[in-house]
Amino acid sequence: MKNPTIDVEVNHVTRVEGHGNIYVNVKKGVIERCEWNISEAPRFFEAMVVGRQWNELHHITSRICGICSIGHTLASLRATESAMGITVSDQDLKLRKLALHAENMQSHILHLGFLVLPDLMGVGSVIPLTSSNPEEVKTVLHLHRNANEMSNLICGRTTHPQRLMPGGFSKIPSIKELTELRKKLKDSIPELQAVADLFKSLAHKFPDFARETEFIALTKPDEYALYDGELASSDTGTAPVNEYLSFANEYIVPTSTAKRAKHARESYMVGALARLNINYDRLSPLAKKIAKMFGLKPVCHNPFMNNVAQLAEVVHSVEDSIRLINELETTGLQPQPDYNKPEVKVKAGRGVGAVEVPRGILFHDYTYNEKGVCTKANCIIPTNQNHGNIELDMKALVPKMLDKTEKEIELSLEMLVRAYDPCISCSTHYIKVHFV
Amino acid sequence: MKPKVAFFDFAGCEGDQLQVANLEEELLTLLGQVEVVSFREVMKEHSNNYDIAFIEGSCTRLQDEDRLKQIRKNAKIVVAIGSCATIGGINCIRNYKDLDEVRKTVYGENAKLFDTYAARPVDAVIPVDAYVHGCPIDRDEFLQVVKSLLLGKKPDIPSYPVCVECKKNENVCAFERGQYCVGTVTRAGCNSCCVNEGTICWGCRGLVDNPNENSHKEVLIKYGLTVDDAIGKFRLYFGWQEGKK
Repeated sequence: MKNPTIDVEVNHVTRVEGHGNIYVNVKKGVIERCEWNISEAPRFFEAMVVGRQWNELHHITSRICGICSIGHTLASLRATESAMGITVSDQDLKLRKLALHAENMQSHILHLGFLVLPDLMGVGSVIPLTSSNPEEVKTVLHLHRNANEMSNLICGRTTHPQRLMPGGFSKIPSIKELTELRKKLKDSIPELQAVADLFKSLAHKFPDFARETEFIALTKPDEYALYDGELASSDTGTAPVNEYLSFANEYIVPTSTAKRAKHARESYMVGALARLNINYDRLSPLAKKIAKMFGLKPVCHNPFMNNVAQLAEVVHSVEDSIRLINELETTGLQPQPDYNKPEVKVKAGRGVGAVEVPRGILFHDYTYNEKGVCTKANCIIPTNQNHGNIELDMKALVPKMLDKTEKEIELSLEMLVRAYDPCISCSTHYIKVHFV
Repeated sequence: MKPKVAFFDFAGCEGDQLQVANLEEELLTLLGQVEVVSFREVMKEHSNNYDIAFIEGSCTRLQDEDRLKQIRKNAKIVVAIGSCATIGGINCIRNYKDLDEVRKTVYGENAKLFDTYAARPVDAVIPVDAYVHGCPIDRDEFLQVVKSLLLGKKPDIPSYPVCVECKKNENVCAFERGQYCVGTVTRAGCNSCCVNEGTICWGCRGLVDNPNENSHKEVLIKYGLTVDDAIGKFRLYFGWQEGKK
């Protein structure tokens, strides 16, 4: 088609968490508008926590997001602990890493199985797949349930965990429960292989597209960094976490309630693909094998491969969880009292917590006064860091698709947004409502 | 014909819809009984023709009221799910603050671009027929409420405090452990899950009908706590119920 006129308007992209809109207008082959806007109602968490006590912040900020509530809780705890110099035992550290693995698995499986798979199978949701592909759906549900049971075991609950608290845990699982979990994790490997085979048979449906960009993630010399590490950029190298503000430069666009961020370029990407690009050699052996199945190796600039990176990470989380449980079994669990409340010496200070959550690097930064009351807070959410990159990907993808129908363009753009697995209520700093 | 159901979300974390997804295999059973016609978080299709609307999240902007009213018009039964929708929840913490200041704290000089007003539960805008309380909702309670509605019954929601369930579970009282807990005045139905996990009741299910103020004061006196201790914790979830608009 020569000099086409195209109008794509997707108000409230479906099968993503939260409310975001896509607008594309092309007149006579010239792109006049290509935007990714966020319309989620803002929630103002950074203002809400001011005036609250140090031992309430993790409970409040967990409510930023239902899907990554464990990640928000951990980032929050780490900020508070860093501000007050609170230490966490090696055992609790391992249990927290297990909690994070459980959430990464839960979130990635939900994304791949419920949100991405329908596009690849040419249906509108997972619901028709329950009758057309019952076995595959059952496998996905089973893997998802496993991950949720793991969260329950470590954290008390999947959504808005109860046991995580400043300095440690209010309650911990027994070794017996952990070894039972290990068996389930081992048993899930063939199921994960089956999911990988299914995605492999459909991977040709992901658009062949790449745009060079910057990747940012935590990094550590001896492990695939998730719980902690230094900041790493694919453009500029590493920096201490305390310098996060020089990495995530937030700015506001009038059309979006979500903030955006940039660093060395106009935009950057965070999430599974960023982590894999930066920390590939520290992935577990089977996770590398899964990545290889899809030809995924660093540096990959195809945002659709974020889905594959998530799949590899699920496998990594399974293998690494097995390793952590083995270690806990060897050392044995230090018993702790019921209703444990770690001793904390409240003091004034500022602390930053950076954690890799399913959608990318998450920062919580709190300042406390001498009474342990929060006087200032800043939260930088992975999805906010990705919004700018999503829009630039759209601007690069649309010109390559001008010979396609509006419907095809719409689907590709929706798939692009979904590949980032945006978590819009999280990034609540997103407008326009026509959906009802 | 299967009843048509739809899910909607306003200001919240979508954790309650996630709890519905977390029903896993039971979700498949539920799908045998109802037809989901709108659920933006998991499906592309959308229809305005539905019998039961489940609403998550608080209303925090004037512009969201029209959307709520439209849902009320379309649905025979409206169900509020999760604290943000049933009682305003944690969003109402900001109602105690100057909202212009709140906007400036988060959005700086661009604050004016972002509309907001006092966060409120769904029933502050439209009539609500049934409630699934909690932050997040409990999966089993959600199923119970859905079953009741499908049978044409009014769902049974406890009107006694969390303390009753907590005693039954033989927990050591949080006050005895030197902590402040709002289980004395919070609506039960969660099986005291947070105390069972070693912490306190934070009040996410909202104030029980006719909370026993005198008894709560006695507890405060007995354990040497001040009204300020109580107010701090009350303001986590009870903001709207306290009348803070």
